[in-house]
Amino acid sequence: MKWRVLSALLLAMALVTAACGDDDAATTTAAGPSCEVADLNLVTPGQLTVATGELIFPPWVGSPDGEGFDDPASGIGFEAALAYELAAELGFTPEQVVWVRTGFDEVITTGDKNFDFNIQQYTISADRDAVVDFSDPYYSNAQALVAFPDNAIAGATTLADLKDAKLGVQVGTTSLDYIDEVIQPDAAAAVYETTVDATTALMNRQIDGLVVDLYTAYYIVGAELEGAIVVAEFAAPAAEPDEFGMLFEEGNPLRECVNVALAALSGDGTLAALEDEWLVAAGGVTVISE
Amino acid sequence: MLWPRRSPRSSEEGARGSLVAVVSTVVVFGVLAALVLSSEAWPAVQRQFFSWTHFKASFPKVLGAFWLDIKMFLVAEILILVIGLAVAMARSLRGPAFLPLRILTIGYIDLARGLPLLLLILLMGFGIPALQLPGVPNSALFWGIAALVFSYAAYTAEVYRAGIDSVHESQRMSARSIGLTQTQSLWHVIVPQAVRNVVPALLNGFVSLQKDVALVFVLGVREGLREADIYNARTFNYTSYIAAAVLFLAVSVPVARFTDWYTERDRRRMQAMST
Repeated sequence: MKWRVLSALLLAMALVTAACGDDDAATTTAAGPSCEVADLNLVTPGQLTVATGELIFPPWVGSPDGEGFDDPASGIGFEAALAYELAAELGFTPEQVVWVRTGFDEVITTGDKNFDFNIQQYTISADRDAVVDFSDPYYSNAQALVAFPDNAIAGATTLADLKDAKLGVQVGTTSLDYIDEVIQPDAAAAVYETTVDATTALMNRQIDGLVVDLYTAYYIVGAELEGAIVVAEFAAPAAEPDEFGMLFEEGNPLRECVNVALAALSGDGTLAALEDEWLVAAGGVTVISE
Repeated sequence: MLWPRRSPRSSEEGARGSLVAVVSTVVVFGVLAALVLSSEAWPAVQRQFFSWTHFKASFPKVLGAFWLDIKMFLVAEILILVIGLAVAMARSLRGPAFLPLRILTIGYIDLARGLPLLLLILLMGFGIPALQLPGVPNSALFWGIAALVFSYAAYTAEVYRAGIDSVHESQRMSARSIGLTQTQSLWHVIVPQAVRNVVPALLNGFVSLQKDVALVFVLGVREGLREADIYNARTFNYTSYIAAAVLFLAVSVPVARFTDWYTERDRRRMQAMST
C-alpha cells in the first residue's frame, strides 16, 4: 500500500515535470539524442550546412529571377522550401542555413562530409545505405515517359508497346532500374551522365523516349524541350519503391533529429502543403499499369 | 623492358645480380603493401573498392559490355591507320601545286590534336546529330567512333610523317631518277621503309586507343566503363571500376609487352645489319 502511494506520487511528479518542461517541439523527443541546436552534431557549430547538387532545377529548386532555377537560398522549389522548414523545426533561423554544392557521386564515398545533410533527390536503397545514411523518406516518386508526338511510342498504353523502343535515361537513377526491371525493352537503354545529356539525345532523335521521374518530366516538357510530351506515368510497381531521403555521413547522430523534425512536418500537414505548392501534377496523362 | 639485355658475363655475377633483383623487388613492394594495408582507412577502402562480392556481381555485366569496346577499337584502329597514312602522304607531297592540300592537312592536324578527345566526342556526338541533316546518321556509336578516328588519325599521321622524314633523302631522289612520279615514289619506295621504322610508335597508339574508346560512354553508349559506372551509381560501390580496369589491362598489357618485344627484335636486327 505504501509503495503504491509512493509510486503514484512519483508518477504524478514526473507528469508535472514533463508538463512544465520546455514546450519547444525539437526537445520533446522521448528517447535518443538531445535535439537542441547547441547539442546537434554540426559541421560548423551554430549553422545548418545543407548540400545540394551543382545544378538543380524546379520543381526541386527554383529561383526568384528570370533564370528560374538553382537558387536554393531563395527557398523556392520543393527541396529548398523543405530544407528551410526543417531548419526552422530544428530551431535555426533562415540566416543560419548555409548552402554548399556537391556532385552526385562524390559524396557516396565513406569519410568526412562538408555538409550536415545533402538533399538532391537521392533515392534510398539498401546498397547505398551501407556507405552513407539516409533520413526517412520525404517524397515518393513515380516514373514517366517523355517523347515527341511523332514517335511511335507516343501512343503507348501498355508496357508491351515499349518493347521495341530505344529508351534513354540518366545514370544512377531509379528510372534506369525501372527500365531494366519493369519495362524491359529489347534494346538496352542508352545511359547518360546527366538528364541534360539524355534530353539532348531525345531532341537529336538518338533515342525514342526518355524515362525520368514525373516531375522532372513535366519540367523537361515545359521548359527545356519544346514540342515533346509526357506520354505516360508508370503505375506498374517497381521492386523497390522510389523514395527520396536526405543523405548523411554514415553514423551521423544528426539524422535522428532531422527525422524527428521531418515527422513533425509530416504530422502537421506542412509536408503535404509543400507538395501541393511545388509538385502539383498536371492531370490527364495516360497511366501505364501493365 | 622488364629484363634489360646485358652483355654475357660470368654465371656467378649473373646469379648475384638475380639475387639483388629479387631482394630489392620484394623489399620495395613489401613496404608499399605494408603502407597501404596498415592505413586506418584500409578496411573501408577495401569494402568500397576491392569487395569480392561486388566484383563477382559486376564483372559479368562489365565484361558483356566490354566486347563493344573491343569492336569499337578494331573498327576505329583500321580507319585510323588508313586515314592517318593518307593524311601523312598528303602532307609530304612537295611542290607549289600541293600547297592547298598541305595547308588543309596541317589545319586538320592542329585542330584534331589541339582539342581534348572528350570535348571532340561530346561536340561530334551531340552536336552533329542536332543539325538533323538528311542522310547523316545520328547514332551515338557512329559519331563516337568518328570522333576517335578524327583525333587519333591526326596523331597517327604525325607518326607516319616522322617515319617518312626518317627515310634518307637519297631514296626519294633515286626513286625519282628512275622515272617514278612523286606519288609513286612515296607509295612504292618511301612509305614501306617509313612504316617499318614507326611500327613501335604505331603500336603505342594502339595501347592508347584501346583505353580511350571507353570515352564514348558520355554519349550514352553502353560499353564497359559505362556498365561499371551504372553499377557504381546503383550500389555506391567502386569495385565495378576495378572489374573494368582488369579488363582493360588484360588487353593493353599484352599489347605493350608485344611492342617491347618487337622494338627489341627490330633494334637487334638493325644492329646486325650495320655490323
